Amino acid sequence: MADLSISMAGITSPNPFWLASAPPTNTGYQVQRAFEAGWGGAVWKTLGEPIINTSSRFAAVHYGGRRVAGFNNIELISDRPLEVNLREIRETKRLYPKHAVVASLMVEPKREKWHEIVKRVEDAGVDGLELNFGCPHGMAERGMGAASGQQPDLVEMQTLWAKEAASTPVIVKLTPNITDVRITARHAVLGGADAVSLINTINSLAGVDLDTWNTVPHVGGLGAHGGYCGPAVKPIALNMVAECARDSEIGVPISGIGGISSWQDAVEFMLMGASGVQVCTAAMHHGFRIVGDMIDGLNRYLDDKGLAAASELTGRSVGRYGDWGDLDLNYRVVARIDTAACINCNKCHIACEDASHQCIDMLTGSGGKPFLQVREEDCVGCNLCSIVCPADGAIEMVELPGAAPLTWNERQRALEKLNADSAEMEAV
Amino acid sequence: MGIDKLRSFEEAGGPFAELTLPLSRAAAMEESNRCLYCYDAPCIRACPTGIDVPAFIKRIATGNTAGAAYTILDANPLGASCARVCPTELLCEGACVLGGPSTPIMIGRLQRYATDDAAASGRQLFQAGEPNGRSVAVVGSGPAGLSAARELARGGFKVVVYEAKAEAGGLGHSGIVSFRLPPHVPRWEISQIEGLGVEIRTGVRIGGSVSAQELLGGYDAVLLAAGMGYVPPLGLPGEELDGVYDAIRLIETTKSGRIPSRLEGARVAVIGAGNTAVDAATSALRLGAASVRIVYRRTQAEMTAYPFEYEFAKREGVEFRWLTLPVGIAGDGSGGVAGLDCVRLELTGERGRDGRKIPVPLPSSEFRMAADAVILATGQQRLISLSEQFGLRHERGIPEVDPLTGRTSHPRVYAAGDMIHGSGAGEATVVSAAEQGKRAAAAIASALAGGTEAAAG
Repeated sequence: MADLSISMAGITSPNPFWLASAPPTNTGYQVQRAFEAGWGGAVWKTLGEPIINTSSRFAAVHYGGRRVAGFNNIELISDRPLEVNLREIRETKRLYPKHAVVASLMVEPKREKWHEIVKRVEDAGVDGLELNFGCPHGMAERGMGAASGQQPDLVEMQTLWAKEAASTPVIVKLTPNITDVRITARHAVLGGADAVSLINTINSLAGVDLDTWNTVPHVGGLGAHGGYCGPAVKPIALNMVAECARDSEIGVPISGIGGISSWQDAVEFMLMGASGVQVCTAAMHHGFRIVGDMIDGLNRYLDDKGLAAASELTGRSVGRYGDWGDLDLNYRVVARIDTAACINCNKCHIACEDASHQCIDMLTGSGGKPFLQVREEDCVGCNLCSIVCPADGAIEMVELPGAAPLTWNERQRALEKLNADSAEMEAV
Repeated sequence: MGIDKLRSFEEAGGPFAELTLPLSRAAAMEESNRCLYCYDAPCIRACPTGIDVPAFIKRIATGNTAGAAYTILDANPLGASCARVCPTELLCEGACVLGGPSTPIMIGRLQRYATDDAAASGRQLFQAGEPNGRSVAVVGSGPAGLSAARELARGGFKVVVYEAKAEAGGLGHSGIVSFRLPPHVPRWEISQIEGLGVEIRTGVRIGGSVSAQELLGGYDAVLLAAGMGYVPPLGLPGEELDGVYDAIRLIETTKSGRIPSRLEGARVAVIGAGNTAVDAATSALRLGAASVRIVYRRTQAEMTAYPFEYEFAKREGVEFRWLTLPVGIAGDGSGGVAGLDCVRLELTGERGRDGRKIPVPLPSSEFRMAADAVILATGQQRLISLSEQFGLRHERGIPEVDPLTGRTSHPRVYAAGDMIHGSGAGEATVVSAAEQGKRAAAAIASALAGGTEAAAG
């Protein structure tokens, strides 16, 4: 059994699975249930001035008969009095001293507001603070959440104000509703952030009802954009985590968030630089018990990989993520079809024929048995056929020996050098 | 239809209530989403009518159930009946690529889900074509005739269907037991076809109140789709006894709700081992027979009933007596049946014209099987007179036809369905008949549009 515990900017927890600041962490009752189920930490539902929520708040995107591929919400921060939350935080921390309890905070962008709330939650015994600069709906219209998170100077200044008062680590939670998340991350670091967490939810409208033409969800016939999360956003989140992880100007621990539903997702985020992960939608979909599989799966994975600690995963794949211009243009893979494993659904053929490079032929063998074959000389190695193939092991992308590696950047440099040389020769 | 999906008749709520449960919406969504949506899918090729199976299943998955039903019925006017009676294991589901790695998609049950929904909607799905001034008489309102009538009506033909019986539907209706095919299903299909302006004149026999010459004189073309007759006499002594039933008539009777009282508590022997024999045997049990034995002169390997029909019969409690040849029906002295006289047989290495091994009697093996009723299920009679009335070249009542078009030796007369189903050749299924009807309709439309196809032969 590997050591699953982590330390994220000094915040320790028995495992890397935290509940994100969201409906599942609304009360002490819920957070304590979560810890009993096995969650290593919880970021409390965002504290600030209590708000008023609407009725009808959530919506989901279902796909191919599966529920909740994506999840959308228009719920705001905690609607409970701050004193009640603080009392329950204190109680929870007393009962679960080894678990991470982090307070998510959102106040107006005023120095004294930040100082006040930081002091009050730290008095309640939290292990750390997470500044919510990410909520894209509602609070943003009041100049908080994503509205401040989209302005690098405001991120930096508010982080600074929080840090002025804080004695526990400060995590800055970033919004993905921005062109380049590294800019706000850098400014959080400039403000003194001890860590960043990302991503918060993405601006979204889950759907439109085909019968009533109302938005989904709607509040008495009117909708407003919400925040999107769940499995569908994972690739967006994973990229943003990786971009931050490989940015030398950021350089602080990362708490990975966005569509993490399983131990595999968690491992991917950690490999791409996260020290730990936060989960919400999976718990909302299945309840806190889902962490049981996450812990068990991670444990077995680490054992299989011969790793002694989960923390050893952090950042192991970051070096394998770079810029397109550094990719080897001479690297070559082609699709190869194993006729024995193929079930002849012809999905690879039609995908290649209509959407790629027309290199999978539908043929008939001796005895009239149909089979599919790749014309390797025409295959560009796009992977599409292997993506659509439903039969295990039927299509393999095979590496072919290629010419010596050459990247676009190398090629351009070589060309520039050639041009310079010839210009020089002309000048001579 | 796999027997594992069938309810017992107690569960179904009556001996003749439909055995297979409809799929719930949730189950249909789950199953339709499991479909891989293959390209050039083998299930399409396995369907005699070429239903675009992945397309209709995709429509179910996207909540377009009406579109799914249209896709099905566009290719097969009897798609609702076929959803229930097709031997799907041998056709679409047998070809499903998931049959290896997983389990085949329940295509038949999804097809039923979509067509049930269309029937419940009460809508007319197809519209008649712009009248083209041409007319076609269809003789017989079974699957082949109905299918042709529907296609012709969509093509703008005036179509009149002549049906000898009191109700339309043919064997696809009266010949299939209600617990597989409830009467409302073919009735809905027929109402859809009548909704196109097709007139069905029931109770009219060609050669009776209407002659072949009248049809030839009154219509631009005639399609013969009269099917076959009742069970032919076997020539056994005692066949005239009270308590001897014709399997086709017996099933027809159960469809109309009239119950032959002699079967209650009776020991029943069924002669023959095709699908009709199984239907008659299982019907007899549902009618209260104490025991039912299927008596067949060959073995399980040669029986023509589908494997799942055989399994179903065994599950229902039907017993099988292989290599047993009935030679006479013994009377009880007061006009009723006392038993079935039989001899035992053995198979020789020799094979008959149909490729099946020939059985020969074992010496001194005569015995009497105690029976209170005997059901004859040894095939159907050919309607020779119909071919003769039209002056068609025919072999023992099977008109000679061009296999592609169904055109007979008379240039304006076509034939489809069981009428042209030769001994041992092809499948006498509802779905094959529907396809033959479609093809004949297309051939008639093409010929009447000035096509130059010659008559058969």
